[in-house]
Amino acid sequence: MTANTKTVRMTGRARDVLFAPIFDRNPITCYVLGICSALAVTTSLQATLIMCMAVIVVLCSSNTVISTMRHQIPSSIRIIVQITVIASMVIVVDQFIKAYAFDLSKSLSVFVGLIITNCIILGRVEAFAMKNPPGLSFLDGLGNGLGYSLVLIIVASIRELLGSGKLLGYTVLPSIYEGGWYIPNGMLLLPPSAFFIIGLLIWASNSLRPSKR
Amino acid sequence: MQGDQSNGRAFRVALVVCVVCAALVTTAAVLLRPVQQANRLLDKQINVLAVAGLLEPGKSVEELSKQLEPRLVDLASGAFVEQESLEHFDARRAARDPAQSIALTPEQDIALIKRRANYAQIYLVRDEAGVIKTIVLPVHGYGLWSQLYGFLALESDTNTVAGLSFYEHAETPGMGAKVDDPAWKALWPGKQLYDSDWKPTIRLLKGPLNRENPEVRYQVDALSGATLTSRGVEDLLHFWLGPDGFGPFLTKLREGRDNL
Repeated sequence: MTANTKTVRMTGRARDVLFAPIFDRNPITCYVLGICSALAVTTSLQATLIMCMAVIVVLCSSNTVISTMRHQIPSSIRIIVQITVIASMVIVVDQFIKAYAFDLSKSLSVFVGLIITNCIILGRVEAFAMKNPPGLSFLDGLGNGLGYSLVLIIVASIRELLGSGKLLGYTVLPSIYEGGWYIPNGMLLLPPSAFFIIGLLIWASNSLRPSKR
Repeated sequence: MQGDQSNGRAFRVALVVCVVCAALVTTAAVLLRPVQQANRLLDKQINVLAVAGLLEPGKSVEELSKQLEPRLVDLASGAFVEQESLEHFDARRAARDPAQSIALTPEQDIALIKRRANYAQIYLVRDEAGVIKTIVLPVHGYGLWSQLYGFLALESDTNTVAGLSFYEHAETPGMGAKVDDPAWKALWPGKQLYDSDWKPTIRLLKGPLNRENPEVRYQVDALSGATLTSRGVEDLLHFWLGPDGFGPFLTKLREGRDNL
């Protein structure tokens, strides 16, 4: 009976850990983390998807690794150990992208390498993986990765659709350059537009969540 | 958590983490290098084809590459070097090897490449009659952050640009990185590189170009927000078209056009 309630509580906890970061405690709209890459890579949806996958892999793997060794890490050098692990994961992911998605790696250029400096990852490792078991830490990484991806995909869809009239490279709004009617809004391809869109998303998600006021 | 403060333990943990992470990164880099290199070569080949205007969708790169005639050129004399196979010629390694390259004086080195290989691998494209139609030259030089590596395709008059394309660089994304933007590359074909005395005159200018000006055929719109990258492109073109680059070769080609 007690074991059963414990399992129920555990699965409830796991669900919370996985799903809360997607909407309620979204790393971008709630904590305003990881903005740099959200501005940089969201001009096309395809590059954004690769970037999201890379972030999810790095988040899950570094969360799991750090959580597994959390009792061994002396607190005096914990940040440097965390960064070393994160950096290694990022390099490995970068190498894989260069090997299997070469064209996209060219368009993402330095931004995959810059995942190292994405505050979401160090933030989750330090705030969650250092205190929780590997299974939950993995779910936390996945949840936060999906939360990040959700915002990025929304921003990228808006920017690519209005900025170049396309989605995933397919023409949705035929632009005047290709004989259509749509005049692409070039400003949406520049970084400031992502600032506005993310700002509006933060505003929208905050007003939908009255408890946060 | 008790033994936390001991320095010995911190050192041991740090050492183990470093060794494991280094092993992981090295393994990934070494195992994936062949795939990455194949990608890079394919990308380079596609760039050569694109700059020569030979790229056709739906056809394999290998098949299209048959139209390219790779040749080795001795840059100092401008003569062709006969070589059995060009497969093992690595221009970048040659440029680092003192036996296969020359050091450039600061006056010569306008493209900021420090050393220049003695030989360069070029590509010729011929028409049905065997007459040279396009000449593809490898060019490189320093932009703002990085060496830009690319190809310049010339028409048979050795003066009119058929295309310019960079396949490797690390310029600022969104600014200097527009050197590989199709819209910017489309500005190049038809431009003239040399003036009537065969001096390199091509220029990258800021602001809208005056289309009425006869000089406009020597001018290309610079990249906005990327002054130093644009200057780098201009400088590297002047270097590679000049006496220390392909100047002697192109002169020879013009003079003896019929013998080729």
